[in-house]
Order: sequence, then C-alpha cells, then structure tokens
Amino acid sequence: MIDVNRDGEVWIFAEAEQGRLSDVPLELMSKGRSLAQTLSVPLGAILLGAGVAPLADKLVAHGADKVYLVDDRRLGHYQTSSYRHVLCDLITRHKPQIVLYGATPLGRDLAPSVASAMWCGLTADCTDLQIGDHTPPGTDQVHKNLLLQIRPAFGGNIIATIVNYDRWPQMATVREGVMPMTEADPARKGLIVDASADLDGLVLPLKVLQCERRQKKVNLKAARIIVAGGAGVGSRESFQLIWNLANCLGGAVGGSRAAVDLGYVDHDHQVGQTGTTVRPALYIACGISGAVQHRAGMAESARVLAINSDRHAPIFSVAHYGIVGDLKDVIPRLVKVIRTGAGIKA
Amino acid sequence: MAYDCVVCIKYVPDTKKVTGEAMKADGTVNRAALPMIYNPEDLNALELALAVRDAHGGSVTVITMGAPAATEILRDSLCRGADAAVLLTDRRAAASDTLATSYILSRAVKLLPHDLVICGRQAIDGDTAQVGPQLAEKLGLTQITYLEALEGLEGGTIRARRNLGSGFEVVEAQLPALVTVMDTANVPRPPAARRIMKYKKARSRPEVAAAVAAEMGEDADKDAVAAEVERRCQGLAGKGLLIEAWDLERVGADLAFCGRNGSPTKVHKILSVVLTGGEYKEVPATDEGVAELVGELIQEHTIG
Repeated sequence: MIDVNRDGEVWIFAEAEQGRLSDVPLELMSKGRSLAQTLSVPLGAILLGAGVAPLADKLVAHGADKVYLVDDRRLGHYQTSSYRHVLCDLITRHKPQIVLYGATPLGRDLAPSVASAMWCGLTADCTDLQIGDHTPPGTDQVHKNLLLQIRPAFGGNIIATIVNYDRWPQMATVREGVMPMTEADPARKGLIVDASADLDGLVLPLKVLQCERRQKKVNLKAARIIVAGGAGVGSRESFQLIWNLANCLGGAVGGSRAAVDLGYVDHDHQVGQTGTTVRPALYIACGISGAVQHRAGMAESARVLAINSDRHAPIFSVAHYGIVGDLKDVIPRLVKVIRTGAGIKA
Repeated sequence: MAYDCVVCIKYVPDTKKVTGEAMKADGTVNRAALPMIYNPEDLNALELALAVRDAHGGSVTVITMGAPAATEILRDSLCRGADAAVLLTDRRAAASDTLATSYILSRAVKLLPHDLVICGRQAIDGDTAQVGPQLAEKLGLTQITYLEALEGLEGGTIRARRNLGSGFEVVEAQLPALVTVMDTANVPRPPAARRIMKYKKARSRPEVAAAVAAEMGEDADKDAVAAEVERRCQGLAGKGLLIEAWDLERVGADLAFCGRNGSPTKVHKILSVVLTGGEYKEVPATDEGVAELVGELIQEHTIG
C-alpha cells in the first residue's frame, strides 16, 4: 500500500489489445477528468504494451493530462504477472491517489492482482464514482474528498457505496458501457512520459499457444438502450418489430436464449447468463418470459420495460414498467409515439 | 503424475431468489430470508478437481471460509467425491473484504498440499471475481482465470483454454497454478448415493459443539460439555467423518490483516434498489398509456 497522498494523481489503466485502445478507458476518461478536476490534480493514463506509443495521443485527446507509457516487446501479450509488476512499480514510484480499470475480462484479471500485491483496496464493477467525505461509524474523524465507489451487489438488489480511507491507492474497476464516452479533442495538449519501468524482474509464466479474437456483430455492453425479443415474438419476420423499435430509439437489439435457439436473431445478440450481461439505461423486454438466466443478464439495467401478454411472466418481477398486451400491437404504438411525439405532455 | 488439488468454495445466499421480504426496511439484506446455496461456479471448480483426480490420481481437498453453517457445502462436496474438507471459521474473520479473505485463505492453503488451486470464477453474492486472483498473488502462484476447458495436464504442465468474452486463448504454464473456472467448463456431477449414506453423518467441530450444547442445556458443567464434544469428535474422526475446523491461530494469520481491520474497503452507504420484487408500474396498452410512459422516460433523460 501507499500512504494517503492528497497530491496524488488520478490514473486510468488504458487497456489496449492488438494495437488498439479498448472502449472502456476512453469511457473512463470523462469521469476521470471530473474526478481529477474536483481534486485539483492531473489525470494520468497508464499505457502498457508493445508498439503502443501511437495510442498515447488519443488518450490525451480524450482527456489525459499525462500518459505514462511503457512500450516494451515483453508487454506485447497481456499476462497478469508482467502487467502487475509494471503497475506496482509505477504506483510505488508516483503514488497516485486513485487508479481505475475497466471491468473487462482483462481488468478483472489484473486489478485484484495489483490490489493484493499493493495490500490496498479494490471495488469491483462500479457503476458510478464520486468524490465525497466519509466519517467511520463511532468516530468523529472526517476523511475528506475520498473516492466514493458505487456498485450494485446482491444480484442487483442493493447499491453499495464503498470507500478506502487509509490504504491507498483507492482502486476500482468500472463496468463497460455505464459512462458516456466524450468526443476527442485533437487540440488538447498533454505530456507523454516515457515511464521506463523496471522490467528486469519481469516474469512471463504463460506460454500463449493460441489466441483468437473476433468482433461481435453488436456491442450490447456499450448500448444505452437495448430492445430485446424472446420466444413470444413468434417468428423471425415478427422480430423486425424489435429492430424497428431499437432503430427509432438509437438502441441495440438483444435476444433471449429462446429467441436465439429459435433462429430469430444471431447468438451475438444474446443477453443472459450464457450471453452478454448488460446494464443499459433502458432495457425493453418484448415477449420474454424472463427465465432466471435471462434476468441475471439484464436485471441491473437502470430501467426495465417489460411487454408481455402473460401478466404472470417472471420478467415483470424485475421490471419498473410493465405493459400487459400483445407486442405486435404495443410496439407499433411505441414507435409511433417516439417518432412523432404524439400525445406526450411537455 | 498425480496432482493434489485444493478447491476454494463459498456458501452464498441465493441472490436469484431475492424477493421483497429479503430486504429489510432499512435497506439492508435480510440474510435470514434467503436460502443459502453452494456457489454455482464453485461446483464447476470442484468438478474440475474431481476430474483431474479421477484421470491422474492425487487428492481433492475443499476449503471454505465462513460461519459453521457453511459445513453444509463441505458435506455436499464429500458426497460428490472430495477426499477431505476444511472449515475455516473464526469470528475475527467476519467482515473481511476480498483482500483480507484472500490473505486468510492463503494462510490455510499453504498448509495443504497443492499443485492446483481451483476457484469458481466468482460468487453470486458479490460478483467481484477478486478472491481467486488475490489468492494467486498471495500464494505466488501462476494465475489462469476464466478456464472454460482443461486441454491438457502432463508432467506438471497445465494447458487451459480461457474464455475472454470476445474470443479465447489457450495458455500453457508450469504448476503450481491457480485457476478460476467458468460455469461453461463442465457439468458438475451430482452427489453419489453411496457417499451420501456415509457422509451425511459428517460434522465439523462447531456443529458438534452446538449439538452438545443444545442437548446438555445452559446449566451444564463446562468441562463436561467440553469432554462430550471431544468424545464425539474423536468418534467421528475414527470413522473419517470429522470435518476439520481451523481458526486464525491454526493457520497462523496475522490479525492485523484479518476481518474489518484488515480490510481496506469499508462500506460508506447501502441503498436498497427501489422497484424490485414485482413492484412495477403498469402502463395501459393504449396510445395514451404509451405516450405517458415515453414522456416520463424522456423527462428523466432515459431516452431522447
């Protein structure tokens, strides 16, 4: 751990793979900027990899004041122990007060390992971050300007705010798609620091025999609005209704496992335990009964609208709004209202 | 070559069965109203260990940190085929965050033979997926997360396929290693009838102590109670039915790193999520109803 360091910077781990930055660090930049501004400290981005130097400008354009760059052939393929080694070295030397990671498979592999090695705190899967004060129960000591780490827990039934006031840095992973990505500003100026970490002790215990990446046809994680259809849609043709509603909302199309198995929509669109877990601002479930495996993948959406002809469908148990009715009747009404604004009271 | 496996498991509230009654008025979780279960992906971790032992020989030891009630999943593990079980229980370990938990677990795992430490990817109560990686770091083991297929195990080298969400990779590493297992990795075997007959009688020492205390009553002589507990534990041990219970002294844990004091993360605030458990607002399936709904969603900036 490092000591409480009020002058410490706010850092974002700039996950990059195969020569490009992931979306999450860019999403984190706008939040990181506002945290850094509140604390009156610089915003730093940590960029590790082989041949990643050209990506530094993009991080500056998205809001970084400094980019700590470690460009080394041995960091070309992510391994827990090598990345942990470099991060711990940088944290120990520069003493940032906050370090944020995307809650991606890589971020969730790396951040806990760094937290363990540094003996500091880590909160997983935050959906919001704020700066605020904390007074430990039973004391009158106020810890000012801490990172408030806000996350759902207990299957989404509670929202917990977590703080770490003594063993710094304050670290958190942040869910994909919950923070809006701001426009890049190519005119922004920033400092690129050749961080030249100590790589002598680097260990690479993994031999990577095969690595396959593919782009999904749809990025459900990043969608603010998802319109999803289930078996109740009835046919691949009727599924066009789902696409129509998604299009007029600027949203993405999702499907339940049943809809995928029935061939209404491609597997890349599947939401649920065996598909993608999503937490959009609005999830519209159409003709989805709401098996627990599906609910597990969407119950943490900020707003859920369920449209189902069966009043007793379990999907209503996780809904904030419910329309009991035939989706072939309801969806066209929705599309009309959204397109024309008809009947909406200002 | 044979492999000794240690499987870390957790007894968790079944968060998929959360209903209105599971939340108290003050917004905290009423744990008593939730059924407790074997964390689902820990069953996949156990299955992986059992498959390794069945194919190569060696041993499978399950360990859980928690209240004595967690003995339930240790017994279940024995019925499914585990060779030994350890209950890591100590009041001073309560309120441990993932860092403190991984520290305490690491102290215990160090006392067990381990070529492979196997954890479920994450537990359904916190969904943090942190204890596996933190335990790997504390033990100095090579970390392999998100295992979806064990592709090979030969001469102390493991080859595993990792699910990376948007693809996969196949990695090879020298043991010892720690792996975290996805639910897609295998289908956990059910408890075997013959083993249930035997291990349903298995008990941990705290369970024996609770039973003896209940039978002998509050006024019973302390020494007599202790002697009876000892007698019954000896009897169970003789039949291989005593589940070991370790406390923080037994594993040599430094109390400064355990429990609330050992946990850097502290709860600042807990809010229950409104509108769960079927309390949704019904919107009529009419043009007016739909327009009012859309207007509300625009006003709160959910759409538009």
